[in-house]
Amino acid sequence: MKYINAVIDGLSVSVEEGKTIMEAADSIGSHVPRLCFHPVLSTEGACRICVVDVEGYNNHLPACATKLQDGMIITTNSPSLRETRRDLVELLLDNHPKNCLTCERDGNCELQNLSYKLGVRERLFEGWRKEFKFDDSNVSVLRDAEKCILCKRCVRVCSEIQGVHNLSQMYRGVKTVVSPAFMAPMDESVCIKCGQCINVCPTAAFIERDETDKVWNAINDPNKFVVVQTAPAIRSAIGEGWDMPYSTSWTGKTVAALRRLGFDAVFDTDFTADLTIMEESHELMERLKSGENLPMITSCSPGWINFVEHFYPELLPNVSTCKSPMQMLSTLAKTYYAEKTHRDPKDIYVVAVMPCVAKKFEAKRPEHYSPNGYPYTDAVITTRELIWMIKAYGIDFVKLHEDEFDVPLGTSSGAGDIFGATGGVMEAALRTAYEKITGESIENLTFTEVRAVEGLREATIDIKGTLVNVAVANGLNNAKIILEKVKSGEKQFHLIEIMACPGGCVNGGGQPIPHVNKFIYPLDKDLVKKRQQALYSIDEAKTLRKSHENPAILELYKEFLEAPGSHIAHELLHTTYSEKSPKGIK
Amino acid sequence: MCTNKKYTLSDEIVDYINECLVKEHPESYLIAILHKVQGIYGFLSEIHLDEVAHLLQVPTANVYGVATFYHYFRLKPRGQFAISVCMGTACFVKGADSVLTSFKSELGIDMGETTSDGLFSLEGTRCIGVCALAPVVTINDRVYSNVVSQQVSQILNEIKAAERV
Repeated sequence: MKYINAVIDGLSVSVEEGKTIMEAADSIGSHVPRLCFHPVLSTEGACRICVVDVEGYNNHLPACATKLQDGMIITTNSPSLRETRRDLVELLLDNHPKNCLTCERDGNCELQNLSYKLGVRERLFEGWRKEFKFDDSNVSVLRDAEKCILCKRCVRVCSEIQGVHNLSQMYRGVKTVVSPAFMAPMDESVCIKCGQCINVCPTAAFIERDETDKVWNAINDPNKFVVVQTAPAIRSAIGEGWDMPYSTSWTGKTVAALRRLGFDAVFDTDFTADLTIMEESHELMERLKSGENLPMITSCSPGWINFVEHFYPELLPNVSTCKSPMQMLSTLAKTYYAEKTHRDPKDIYVVAVMPCVAKKFEAKRPEHYSPNGYPYTDAVITTRELIWMIKAYGIDFVKLHEDEFDVPLGTSSGAGDIFGATGGVMEAALRTAYEKITGESIENLTFTEVRAVEGLREATIDIKGTLVNVAVANGLNNAKIILEKVKSGEKQFHLIEIMACPGGCVNGGGQPIPHVNKFIYPLDKDLVKKRQQALYSIDEAKTLRKSHENPAILELYKEFLEAPGSHIAHELLHTTYSEKSPKGIK
Repeated sequence: MCTNKKYTLSDEIVDYINECLVKEHPESYLIAILHKVQGIYGFLSEIHLDEVAHLLQVPTANVYGVATFYHYFRLKPRGQFAISVCMGTACFVKGADSVLTSFKSELGIDMGETTSDGLFSLEGTRCIGVCALAPVVTINDRVYSNVVSQQVSQILNEIKAAERV
């Protein structure tokens, strides 16, 4: 490895060849202000905030887009540089709405933060302001082009990570705007509603549809019995809302907070994660027996389901018909639980706390309405929305005691917990499939070969002589690689797990956005790893680690569902998919 | 080739795109393809842009981004009478902008737009090289010289009257 030697702010630096001035400066603690830069995405060089001076060059150079060269003498700070940066931010502000106080990203906006740090204390420029209609056509992702600063992070994440290519820059000059093709509303585009654009946006040009008002109203309605369920990934990240340590799970405190908010029953989506494994492994064994519709592809991630419907409709028969754990729990709450507690399902209001904005769309799919016309899931709020609710209510999350989920829809195995990490569904399924296929107890419960922070993994699992080819993909560009192999027949897979978001649900589009001052960006591999670790720790600490040993699941089958794949299980726990337009371009 | 059944684009264009697809970096032919589409149809319709995207396997958003970036590409059909007001320096100093304003208010459309009856479209153009006749307006192939804004309604009425015959 060749090293490059240079001087930055009077200090000698030596970094590997190919690093940028920004990376070299970061390594010695010179944090050049930046805006369009994102460590996981390609270099854009659009905002020019990160300009530096290099001896021998007449113009400022962008630190993010300039490779360090031997002998460079670099200054990251001077009155002229500071003035340039401040002017650039002032020009952005001039073309930006002045409603910071009521903005969702108030206090955690990169533009606002930069403006404060660079000393912008008054607005000197008054000029032409762009005007666009607020796009609230979409159930999940709302678009406010007036707040867009054209950093193109959303364009980059949508194409480079998700392979959806829904967004691009349209028109030119002062009229430039980021939009789906034909300036179409988001709802009429190929948007898969994963919400990664929300996660990477430095301002609030993309936000989720806020459903907290609906939830407050339900809680305050004396005629409603309000049930809440929380997905596995919530407990791994909710503490970030109070700056609590990473790599730790906050299950007990989350339950306590939900109970204090006034929910009548607090259930765990992990319970139906276990149920998903029961149904999915049964489905897999049936397909292995018949040899039809293999490989089977998991169906938990609603962003992935939207993707396959728009982009790979020819593979829809391969997708497991199992509803997602969220929909399974909501369905059971209004059937099994309603029956058990003698309640009219119409009086039960189901709220789901999800790390995901695509879940908001999933809940409203016509397939997920009961034959009697009401939705099984009434409202979906993200981890971010739950954090606001807890703060709005005046609860000090840090001081809460640890509470337990309600029964029976709150008991779960460790296999359910790891659903929130990429490879988790696969690992949980393998634990159950192994025992079902061999009839023997499995000794080593961890399948590290399917655990991955990187986006793609293939493995062959030897189940006592039965070789099962599996693949795990997260981030839809990675999924495309596997799906193309399936289509070409290059490799025969049996089971494939696909999660739309990079790293799995822990990095979903509804997860907390780290505070700007932390310089940790959503999609950061280290952050993803820490949230995953929180879930693996819960699993390791549990004695109950296999879905098919969960006593509440066994009771559910005994009392209500009969057996995996039974008629009633099919009616309540399975769903259908259909090709959607516009058709995406792979 | 049976592609013409699936696409509204002409066989000529579909064949051309298929030729591009076997070359290196087929996506780099996007602009050339859009020129061909506009050459045949007069403008780039959403359905044609979408078909180009699918045939060339370039995301539709990117195709639309390119089509809106270049002034040359038209996204709306031209009117039967394409009015071009020269905005070159000589025409401008002699009042081309007030002529343009008159056309806009008389027709009720903005630059780059077409009237709802499809009769007129309006655009501003760079210097067309007949500065001695400034301000100059061309309507299809006919050149109108020394135009003043008061003439605009008369010019339009003459065309409309001729059309009615």
